[in-house]
Amino acid sequence: MDPHIFLIQLLNGVQYGLLLFLVASGLTLIFGIMGVINLAHGSFYMLGAYLAWSLTAQLGNFWLALLSGFVLSVVLGMLLEWLFIRHLYRRDHLQQVLLTYGLILIFSELRSIVWGDDVHSVAVPALLAGSIPLTETLAYPVYRIWLSIICVVLAAGMYYLIQHTRLGMMIRAGASNREMTQSLGIDIGLLYRLVFAFGIALAAFAGMLAAPVSSVYPGMGNQVLIICFVVVVIGGIGSVKGAMAAALLIGLVDTFGKVVEFEIGGFRVLPELAGMSVFVMMAIVLLWRPEGLFGARLR
Amino acid sequence: MPAADSVKCVDMTDDALIDARGIHAYYGASHILRGVDLLVRRGETIGLMGRNGMGKTTLLKSILGLLPPAAGSVQVRGRDMTGAAPHRIARAGLAYVPEGRGIFPNLSVRENLLMAARAGHDGRNEWTLDRALDTFPRLRERLGHGGQQLSGGEQQMLTIARALLTNPDVLILDEATEGLAPLVAQEIWRVLQGIRESGISSIIVDKNFSAVSTIADRNVMLVKGQTVFQGDSETLRARPQLLQAWLGV
Ligand SMILES: Nc1ncnc2c1ncn2[C@@H]1O[C@H](COP(=O)(O)OP(=O)(O)OP(=O)(O)O)[C@@H](O)[C@H]1O
Ligand SMILES: [Mg+2]
Repeated sequence: MDPHIFLIQLLNGVQYGLLLFLVASGLTLIFGIMGVINLAHGSFYMLGAYLAWSLTAQLGNFWLALLSGFVLSVVLGMLLEWLFIRHLYRRDHLQQVLLTYGLILIFSELRSIVWGDDVHSVAVPALLAGSIPLTETLAYPVYRIWLSIICVVLAAGMYYLIQHTRLGMMIRAGASNREMTQSLGIDIGLLYRLVFAFGIALAAFAGMLAAPVSSVYPGMGNQVLIICFVVVVIGGIGSVKGAMAAALLIGLVDTFGKVVEFEIGGFRVLPELAGMSVFVMMAIVLLWRPEGLFGARLR
Repeated sequence: MPAADSVKCVDMTDDALIDARGIHAYYGASHILRGVDLLVRRGETIGLMGRNGMGKTTLLKSILGLLPPAAGSVQVRGRDMTGAAPHRIARAGLAYVPEGRGIFPNLSVRENLLMAARAGHDGRNEWTLDRALDTFPRLRERLGHGGQQLSGGEQQMLTIARALLTNPDVLILDEATEGLAPLVAQEIWRVLQGIRESGISSIIVDKNFSAVSTIADRNVMLVKGQTVFQGDSETLRARPQLLQAWLGV
């Protein structure tokens, strides 16, 4: 493979992986800390993308759209947690799945009513519209690089928050023993509300960031949800570190799977089969480590 | 359901930190507490006694809001806390050292302590990390270790230190010396004595009758979810046949 093409694919794979991490980390946090399976997680990614599209049009500025979209998502998350999710903590997984599946349908319908079913695109903000030339014919878009950097900054911030702040300690304590945490004077209801709101706001933010590089379309939430469950399972349920490793792995496998043609035992493996490569990888990882790469759970 | 409206601040002395009255509690259909009263005044150490399964832990949980009482009332420093959320009750000045310890195994020793540390409800901040570590020097050596890696005795010290870092008015200890080597248990009793002298109240549940009765100002005996005795240790020791019946000692 031409080294420049390889570099471009590598950057694409890393960028896709980092974006997946933003979505999947919220999913794994909400499961690891609160024990809730949130099927509607992908819907927030979709919602984020539509918010980016509609707010950019309304406000005429992508950056304002990002900021206000993020704030809206946090508020929406707090509201949903208060209305629905907090009733699920002591329920079994079937009830969680039923309720959050219901949320998928509601969000999909609401999206259809408010924004319609059309496919949209969001322009790359002028500030980042350029490309970095690699050769005379090849260039890499600045926006994608910026996107990767933002994801890394957010991931580092999340790591710091969870591992090194008192709030993070309280959250981890709550994941291990809810009653004890409460008896130390910590309002675990508020803590869980924040974790949920922050988790889904990350998914929405990922959707907003992705809007300029992919199109904005109705089914994008469900597609990302499936891949995110793969990320969470490969990484180890509840492990943020695992989500990072698995997301990067999937980003690279998926990206290179689409461009590399190779032969196994005389059979030519076509790029068209790339969609499967991710699931094949999941099967292999699970056979090797059923608890996932970083199976050390939070709870 | 609770007859909460019958509760008024009437004959309560000003220095009552916990005033629980007529507590009834259930696990599902089984009626565990049948009208228990418990009063803890400022500076008092209470020994809560009774054989296995008599309802000691259940009473503590009812007071702490972890198992809201079905009837009766809980006042903390004169304020009604019946059915309040556990974190509000804790912030009113109660700290809990539960049966079976309750450290966070996924947090380091330092994190276990820091996550809980705060000033008391009145802004008092006598218990700092340094003081807690001076009280339990063994923890200082173990600060970076995971909660899991501690011995049973160290875990118990960590739980007590963590409770103290919330600068409580009342320390509630459920079987704090259970399963510990005699020397470690002795160290814990020595610390509890020091805490008593510093003016913090406590409720102590422990199998070791002689140790509890030595430290306690007053004892409360539970039999099948009811109070059968309240009084000082002298009076209790003077009735060996009742002790035999209630505790089997
Ligand atoms: N979670 C529970 N569900 C149902 N019953 C319970 C539960 N916890 C305790 N019980 C029952 O309630 C009664 C009182 O239990 P409790 O734990 O309060 O006793 P205790 O005095 O603390 O005893 P011990 O000395 O063994 O700790 C016992 O009969 C016990 O079997
Ligand atoms: Mg008990």
